[in-house]
Amino acid sequence: MEFKDYYAVLGLERTVAQDEIKRAYRKLARKYHPDVSKEPDAEARFKEVAEAYEALKDVEKRAAYDEVGNRYKGGQDFNPPSGWNRGFEFSGGPEGDGHDFDHSDFFESLFGYQAAGGRGARGRGQRAGEDHHAKVQIDLQDAYRGGRRSISLRVPRIDASGQATIEERHLEVNIPKGIRDGQHLRLAGQGGPGQGDGPAGDLYLEIELAPHPIFRLDGRDVYLDLPVAPWEAALGASVTVQTPDGSVQLRVPPGSSPGRTLRLKGQGLPSVPPGDLYAVLSIRLPPADTPTAQDAYRRMAEAFGDFQPRPVLEA
Amino acid sequence: MNTTNRTVTPCVVVEEEVQFTLVELSRVCRTDVDQLVTLVMEGVLTPSGEAPERWRFGGATLRRARVALRLSRDLELNAASTALVLDLLDEIDALRSRLRCLGSD
Repeated sequence: MEFKDYYAVLGLERTVAQDEIKRAYRKLARKYHPDVSKEPDAEARFKEVAEAYEALKDVEKRAAYDEVGNRYKGGQDFNPPSGWNRGFEFSGGPEGDGHDFDHSDFFESLFGYQAAGGRGARGRGQRAGEDHHAKVQIDLQDAYRGGRRSISLRVPRIDASGQATIEERHLEVNIPKGIRDGQHLRLAGQGGPGQGDGPAGDLYLEIELAPHPIFRLDGRDVYLDLPVAPWEAALGASVTVQTPDGSVQLRVPPGSSPGRTLRLKGQGLPSVPPGDLYAVLSIRLPPADTPTAQDAYRRMAEAFGDFQPRPVLEA
Repeated sequence: MNTTNRTVTPCVVVEEEVQFTLVELSRVCRTDVDQLVTLVMEGVLTPSGEAPERWRFGGATLRRARVALRLSRDLELNAASTALVLDLLDEIDALRSRLRCLGSD
């Protein structure tokens, strides 16, 4: 296990005053919060930052961390000395204060699984299980066609001896046709187990559609770029276009200019009513890299002697 | 350790088939009812029905409520600031999706 330098994560010196820690955290949290940030590694960075803040914002935890930290550098191999935290008694925050994510092994080894938001069996009697949340990435094709998908989830569990272990769970789910990015599936009774006769909680799966190299999504509508040759745009053409569910023939009307959007009604994501598929035209010029090609461009220039490509600039 | 379950687990699309009461939503979002009431009062969440015990939240509220709660917890925002951030995020989403449609992503 690597030692984590929480001060370095927040860009701070070890001697920093307590309120500087809050300031540094807030600044980084605004930058990397996965709900606002578009930085590619936002989620991972935010986890680090939030974990560092959790360890340092509390004076007791910070003192305990400093005690160990004085002997280590970030990235160095770390073995918690046995019973090192004897003598520290964490008052502990309110329940439910924890984040949605798992803490690093390093954090858990220092502050324990419970402090890391792990939930053991609590109370007695009857109690409904907790609802669980997970994210599942699917392809655009899965959303178009629907169908059975095997999903594996990693679930932390507390075993009989009170140790936290990670259990892998497999579920077979029928992805409904036309599911959209950001929608949720509810799997009744697949969340945390209930206590006593209490019912199990539900499992909520947030659907994330994997970015597609060709198609872009806007709700139910699907967009693609359709490059055409200059003569296809000028004279019209019938072209074969790939859709997420196969291919269709599309008529490019004569006199089309770049940016023209052609709509294929009902070929977007299936739904009631279904979305549309939009092909956005762009014009690809053939390279003038052979004498024949250059001649063709010269003949074109002669034929269009009066053509003004820049009427505004030259007015 | 593996638990294998090869039978198909039935599911519903929350955004299309589910409505939540205030208590149900607080359970799903793992928060207390008061915090959700505050979000309704700030106009972040808009249930149908008049009194809190009759409120019904559409399935799409799940996502919005979870984002609002994460933002207020992680960025230590009050309800009014959370409302402002969510409105701005909606606007950014709309602009991003227009950009995507134009192919300039």
